[in-house]
Amino acid sequence: MKIIKATNLVVEFPIYGMNGNRSFKKSLMNIATGGVLAKDAASRVVVRALNGLDFEFSEGDRVGLIGHNGSGKSTLLQVLAGIYEPSEGELTVDGKITSMLGITLGMDGEVTGLENIYLRGRLMGLDLVQINDLVESIAEFAGIGDYLHLPMRTYSSGMAMRLAFAIATSVKADIILMDEWLSVGDADFILKAKERLTNLVNNARLVVIASHDHSMIKDQCDTIVSMEHGKILSISKF
Amino acid sequence: MYPLWWALAWQDIRQRYRRSVLGPFWITLSTGVMVSAMGPLYGALLGQDVGSYTQHLAVSLILWMFISGSINEAGAVFIGSEGYIKQVALPLSIYIYRMVARNLAMFMHNLVIIVIVLFFMPPANFSYIWLVPFGFCLVLGNLIWIIMLLGLISTRFRDIPQLVANLVQVAFFVSPIIWKAEMLTPKTRFVADFNPLYHFMEIIRAPLLGEPIQLLSWLVSGFLFIFGCTLTFYAFVRLRSRVPYWI
Repeated sequence: MKIIKATNLVVEFPIYGMNGNRSFKKSLMNIATGGVLAKDAASRVVVRALNGLDFEFSEGDRVGLIGHNGSGKSTLLQVLAGIYEPSEGELTVDGKITSMLGITLGMDGEVTGLENIYLRGRLMGLDLVQINDLVESIAEFAGIGDYLHLPMRTYSSGMAMRLAFAIATSVKADIILMDEWLSVGDADFILKAKERLTNLVNNARLVVIASHDHSMIKDQCDTIVSMEHGKILSISKF
Repeated sequence: MYPLWWALAWQDIRQRYRRSVLGPFWITLSTGVMVSAMGPLYGALLGQDVGSYTQHLAVSLILWMFISGSINEAGAVFIGSEGYIKQVALPLSIYIYRMVARNLAMFMHNLVIIVIVLFFMPPANFSYIWLVPFGFCLVLGNLIWIIMLLGLISTRFRDIPQLVANLVQVAFFVSPIIWKAEMLTPKTRFVADFNPLYHFMEIIRAPLLGEPIQLLSWLVSGFLFIFGCTLTFYAFVRLRSRVPYWI
């Protein structure tokens, strides 16, 4: 069953400020002067981050996106997450997306770990009842003990990352989007984290991971999409 | 369950006053000091009865802080949420409500001052006080569309927030806040009548101070609400998806 289908997917970022048309004055002047300046405004600078992609991901696919910096991996994830609407082309997504882009977004060093669990949980679309049920297992998995009730600025960076990781991976996900396989420093924790993440990924209907790490992608994924300059070079399944 | 925008707004307030003993009550305190210092002085300067002038000033200043604060922050409503907008696909309205809620929470802290002033210096009557919630809702509705529209345009044109800040500053002096609309002569009356901010304040202020609301104020506020919402709705439908690109 098809879960994500894209036809001729294009994402273009307009670059304002190159010809100064971000200022209102210039736009007004364009109207006032017509001709020359208006031509400038019409030929505005754009960056084509995704250039006519066609693909289909089906139920059970474990998709790995590989490519150099600037090849469009992250932009593709952002489009799939619904952050950018395609400039051209069509994209249909059939299912609920859990995006693991920015798993520390919204966390605040001044409030306690517990409050951060609630904040992050709400941002991930959970309701209070669901978060209440998860709090204990999150705290336990993150291994932060009594620190749970202290402001997060007192945490070591490892603890803060573990907490963010534990929250992000505590949800049941339908479609998972990940920018880089989430890795959490601390040696003891890595094994535990990998197991939890693998478990989450295995229970999802579809997973899309962008990464530079070819061996990780080969390890986790069964479909590899190779990208360059905003285009898909190849899609290989195995 | 309280909505996400409320959680975020409350977080903003706490962040601003974290580890301070009085916390958000600094808002109350500083407004209180301002009103008690300015009330008697400007009342005397303008040759007004100090009691009624202080009532007028307290209510006007606090309403103005709410209205101007919301309008001034409007330009940054999306620009300031860049981190969120580029990482999670939440409806853009969340950022609007977050901002309105933040300003509303500050307004609530100031409301204490209005209650104190009206308690110790009661106006002639309280017979129109039931109109206050209606007036307030209409102002709130107007502020929401203004914030949405300004937020949208400002994300694209970065000069707009500067322009707005400038206009709001001027508006403070040309609106009846430290002076009263009654002080205007028939010849200068247009200064108030053609000022939508005057009507916004008036539909809350007049009933609080025991006066009926003029029909003109209802009409202007109501018309702007309907006109503004329609305009903003169409602008939003067309341009909403461009916001993440513009940021």
